[in-house]
Amino acid sequence: MRRAGVVALNTFREAVRDRVLYNLVFFALLMIAASVAVGQISIGIEQTVIVSLGLSAISVIGLLISIFLGVALVSKEMDKRTLYTLLAKPVRRSEFLLGKFAGLVLTLAVNTAAMAMGLLLAMLYVKHSLERSDTVVLVAVYFILLKLALIVALALLFSCFTTPLLAILFTVGLYSAGLYVQELRNLPIEVMSPPMSAFTKWLSYLLPNFENFNVMAMAAHGRVVPGALILQNTLYAVVYCTIVLTAAAAVFSRRNLK
Amino acid sequence: MPDPAIEIENLTKEYPFGFLHLKKRTSLEGLSMQVEMGDVFGFIGPNGAGKSTTIKLLMGLIFPTAGSARILGKPISDVEMHGDIGYLPEQPYFYDYLTAAEVLDYFARFHDLTAADRKDRVDRMLRKVGLETARKIQLRKYSKGMLQRVGLAQAILHDPKVVILDEPMSGLDPVGRREVRDIILELKKDGKTVMFSTHILSDAETLCDRVGVIVGGKLRGVGAPGTLVDMKTLGMEILFELTGTANVPLLSKATRTGDCYRLQVPEEELYAAIEQLRGAGAHILSVSQVKATLEEFFMNLVEADRAQGAAVEVSGQ
Amino acid sequence: MKSEKSIAWLLLLVVPLGFAGIWRLQHGIDAQRASISEERDEVLLRSPKLVKAMSLEYAPLLADIYWTRVVQYYGNKHLRGQANLDLLWPLLDITTALDPNLVIAYRFGAMFLSPAAPGGAGRPDLAVQLIQRGIQANPEYWRLYEDLGFVYYFDLKDYQKASAAFLEGSKKPNALVWMKIMAAKVAAEGESFETSLFLWKDIYDTSADPSVKKNALMHLQLLTVKEDCKQLDALADEYAKRHGKRPSRMSDLVQAGLVRGIPRDPLGFPYVFGEGGKAELNLDSPLLEKQLMFDRFKNVVP
Repeated sequence: MRRAGVVALNTFREAVRDRVLYNLVFFALLMIAASVAVGQISIGIEQTVIVSLGLSAISVIGLLISIFLGVALVSKEMDKRTLYTLLAKPVRRSEFLLGKFAGLVLTLAVNTAAMAMGLLLAMLYVKHSLERSDTVVLVAVYFILLKLALIVALALLFSCFTTPLLAILFTVGLYSAGLYVQELRNLPIEVMSPPMSAFTKWLSYLLPNFENFNVMAMAAHGRVVPGALILQNTLYAVVYCTIVLTAAAAVFSRRNLK
Repeated sequence: MPDPAIEIENLTKEYPFGFLHLKKRTSLEGLSMQVEMGDVFGFIGPNGAGKSTTIKLLMGLIFPTAGSARILGKPISDVEMHGDIGYLPEQPYFYDYLTAAEVLDYFARFHDLTAADRKDRVDRMLRKVGLETARKIQLRKYSKGMLQRVGLAQAILHDPKVVILDEPMSGLDPVGRREVRDIILELKKDGKTVMFSTHILSDAETLCDRVGVIVGGKLRGVGAPGTLVDMKTLGMEILFELTGTANVPLLSKATRTGDCYRLQVPEEELYAAIEQLRGAGAHILSVSQVKATLEEFFMNLVEADRAQGAAVEVSGQ
Repeated sequence: MKSEKSIAWLLLLVVPLGFAGIWRLQHGIDAQRASISEERDEVLLRSPKLVKAMSLEYAPLLADIYWTRVVQYYGNKHLRGQANLDLLWPLLDITTALDPNLVIAYRFGAMFLSPAAPGGAGRPDLAVQLIQRGIQANPEYWRLYEDLGFVYYFDLKDYQKASAAFLEGSKKPNALVWMKIMAAKVAAEGESFETSLFLWKDIYDTSADPSVKKNALMHLQLLTVKEDCKQLDALADEYAKRHGKRPSRMSDLVQAGLVRGIPRDPLGFPYVFGEGGKAELNLDSPLLEKQLMFDRFKNVVP
């Protein structure tokens, strides 16, 4: 565990020294600032516009970071052979993976926190004060972070057994599919053949349901997210990440390094 | 009797390749050998002979198709044992966003060391490999030779009992090589076991207690460099001066440099040759025994392997 | 090797346990979300032109996706018995704008839009608009005229226009011969049992979609029931004329020799006489529920 922590901190340090990251976060803050301008011309729904644009920016930038850096976590270390010296230390491969995962999630947490701060400032600028109901924005940001953690885990899993390009494609594919799981469940399964409807049902539970984490509409209208949902979503992300990371560790601990 | 430092039994590695991974290429075939505690062991062979494969198998970077190995009496799958091993990969590369001091500190954190101890060791190692002045520079600006030094520093940072170095001399200038040689000798003096691979035979000859020669994935000989060489037949070399062109049949076999000639004859023909030369008025400068070098031994093996390889290729068609 | 194996074992444990947990959690989250009951906006962009502009060269593909959304939307609302089908028109509007040749979208779309609830959105006007747009894009496809006639006949009760639609369609290539007959018959008689029966039967026979087939079959059965009851009422009148009182049960008609055997509905349940002395479906017949549903919505929806 301590050794995974060492890897995590180094992963975080790598991200901090990466200029691309700052550019992305800067871009997100720029979008949030722009939303203030957009909000001003959309009379009556300033807050809605700012919150939904801001949350979208945080989500999109987070997605870019988590998919691309998530896939690079392991594949870059293998490509550059930095992994050789590391694995010659008393480190298990599973500890290495866990550390890499935790490091990037830590990076994402710091980034989203920075972006959320920007969003709150934009809201403060428009409304001159923040109310208690505005905490729902923080809940929405937290859900985005949970979603990003799950994506990092998936990217990590795919990069453990395939090329970076394919891993990116798989991750993006699974993410898109995961957005439509709800639709899958809403299909009028009565009109399908029984094996097909059973398959659809199973699939809708096996695929990660990214729609769970989407409360953007509620946040935009300042509606309260129930505490039970926060707990359930947290558990969902933790359990799903555990499954994916265990699978990644199982794959990676058998992998021959080139 | 203490356990050998490294024990390898029937280690085999096959790589699947081709469509659906149906074909197999054997990179290492039934390797069995031991490295005794405190020895400096040289692992020599041409490129692609299986040296790196063996070392990666020992370090758990790849997994054997068959066979097993133990280091310090523990199976190689035991990661905890890595605390007592130092490893320098071939052409090492490190996180280029870190400085030399940072990367060493990072690696040191995987061992149970106090912060003060860590700092002390990092400083000492940087001094040892001559990177003190470059310690605050990010590794992306390092030359190949400097990276090699960082690699060496991280391999011996934690005072390991066994040090495994994959091509430690490659990419280094003569000064760097000298320094690596000194470090290896220093490790030996401290009672460490060193196993290093190289394709530079003089390094192995001067440094090693024992060498293993590997060609085509098979071990072809293990032993002290001298004993391996003794297997070759010996000859005698005569160095002589001769002015004018006397009619000596042996001259056709000699190589000439100005008035100086060099002639190699089998041991039993030595006296006959000397008499013949004296008769022709030659002035004999020296007579010495010719030892087959490690290089010759090595070249013979490689050529034999190539011939065999060709035969296999033909029969394969 | 040891840690490698232990991870494989761990995986065997984690995957089933984990997904069992996911299953439970997802149910919890679904329940939680349902309680918040946010109406998810199914149509983000309502402008067909904008959607088409954004679809690049993939408009037909996008049309297919929108079409599945139409089916999903209709299916969901239909299954839950919800009468509010507000978004059906925008979805169909975009679908047909994206791919004007997606004939199925006009045909089924009209079938979803036209009938009164619970069968559809109760917007025959929009259905006519949709089909006319379809005819404009696919003028040679005679089935669209059939659908147009269908909407005029059943939902708008405009028999002149229905007859005109059938006649127009009968001139198109490959049109079946009955279209012309239908045109004449509807013009002469207006709504009649035979015409209705024929139209539903054609839909039943020609549709490949099971849910459409099911719907047509139900209509056929209800039509038959309606016609049966009408005839049974006539027979009851006859009985009253002969015996001076209305029959109290079906066996009265049998005894009077007016029918042979107890008359039964299409599902095999015997008809009964209700309190008003009118012939009705048996309480046990599943058709009764369907009939009541239709009657109820007819009163509610204007």
